[in-house]
Amino acid sequence: MTSNELTLAARRIWAMILRNYYLMRGSWPRIVDLIYWPTLQMVLWGFITIFFLTNSSWVAQAAGVLLSAVLLWDVLFRGQISLFLSFLEEMWSRNLGHLLVAPLRPIEFAAALIVTSLIRTLIGVGGAAALAMVMFEFSIFDLGLPLIVFFLNLIVLGWSLGLVVSGLVLRFGQGAEGLAWAVVFLIQPISGVYYPIAVLPDWLQIIAAGFPSSHVFEGMRAVLIDGVFRADLLLNATGLNVIWLAIGLGSFLISVRLARSKGLILQMGE
Amino acid sequence: MSESVVTVADLIKRFGAVTAVDGVSFSVPGGQTVGLLGGNGAGKTTTLGMMLGLIVPTSGTITVLGHDMRRHRYRALPRMNFSSPYVDVPHRLTVRENLTVYCHLYGLRKIGARIEALAQDLDLGDLLGRSVGTLSAGQKTRVALAKALLNEPELLLLDEPTASLDPDTADYVRSYLETYQRTSGATILLASHNMAEVERLCADVIMLKGGKVVDRGAPASLLQRYGRTTLEQVFLDIARSRNAETDADMAAS
Repeated sequence: MTSNELTLAARRIWAMILRNYYLMRGSWPRIVDLIYWPTLQMVLWGFITIFFLTNSSWVAQAAGVLLSAVLLWDVLFRGQISLFLSFLEEMWSRNLGHLLVAPLRPIEFAAALIVTSLIRTLIGVGGAAALAMVMFEFSIFDLGLPLIVFFLNLIVLGWSLGLVVSGLVLRFGQGAEGLAWAVVFLIQPISGVYYPIAVLPDWLQIIAAGFPSSHVFEGMRAVLIDGVFRADLLLNATGLNVIWLAIGLGSFLISVRLARSKGLILQMGE
Repeated sequence: MSESVVTVADLIKRFGAVTAVDGVSFSVPGGQTVGLLGGNGAGKTTTLGMMLGLIVPTSGTITVLGHDMRRHRYRALPRMNFSSPYVDVPHRLTVRENLTVYCHLYGLRKIGARIEALAQDLDLGDLLGRSVGTLSAGQKTRVALAKALLNEPELLLLDEPTASLDPDTADYVRSYLETYQRTSGATILLASHNMAEVERLCADVIMLKGGKVVDRGAPASLLQRYGRTTLEQVFLDIARSRNAETDADMAAS
């Protein structure tokens, strides 16, 4: 690829990010929606934490364990849903046909969805994290440098799931939308967000080990409760994420190809 | 006749048991407006979709602007564009925002100047700041046309460009397309089942029925061949499976 081609590819990705910026700028309900749910979750779990601090010896070991879990889970959830919503916006607006006859390549489209998701997640979760400092005197940033690797691993898994479900909707139409919304919650119980993976049945622990999120939340508890950074868990999560991202990108690209093969793109819309 | 801008050879598209396009072959010379005429389900939109790379052919080849669309479509796409009533631009974005996004997608420079020029040409000046969703059907069609002309395409594919427009707006769009074709030397491939539109705009007409090319020629020669006075009559002859020779004989007798 020549430098000119790279510049043009970057401009196409920028165009799609700009498209999402214009959409957000012109729609206050979308902006409110970005921060509403993370904030609501954080407030709810903040009060639960206050209650548990005096009624649970486990939570009392580390006051921030539940709020950290809530905010980090929201990184995964926002990462997935933000990517998926940006994709759905193109379907809802019947714009996909125009995009795919422009020189925009599917991989560039996926890259733009990823960057847009990153921005939306930072705004949503960042807002909730800031409010947690004010309301509960809790700072997620006290996790220190491990926070960065937790964040990256969770958001990459969110992107991977977002790409898979976007591909499903592309392939099976908007009838698959409900399934796409539910997918992320399928992995919540086995990710050990609020409890150690050890409480799961043995066979479920084996499945949980295939998801980077379970390693991240174990790692988070190790930092907050034991005061140790588990590099082994980080390596597990990162290695798994390489596989998950490949699956996400691969399934998205295959879905675009299948949609072309089946002539679905011109039929999509509200 | 100038070199072909589009060459379609033995094109077939099957959707399961349904054959939507069945062995279509044609070429489109540069600098002409060519019509793809046929009834509902004739294969017009599917053929256009394959030429754009939105639909993968079951078999056959499509060469656009010298590039095989199956293997090198990203070389051709920056030089072509498309408009269809089945595809929209985002309704929540303003006209200017939509055009800006597409200018970036097509790698254009001097974006502001390009948008202003098109706004002037298509009488969109007062609409640039408005959301597309608030526009009338005619205004939306002009926006879609502006989007299709942003990159000054050498090949413009239009699927029913005046569908659902009032006669005044439809006439405006046709006049604009005539002017654009004449001044730019672009090639336009127009899929329509509006006979008057095809008769007015097209130098050459490809008649499709049941996914096959059933006839081709200049509007005047088709009228002569079928012994008819309007393309609509020719269309009905084809739709009702009356062939050219029989009708010409009947007309002569």
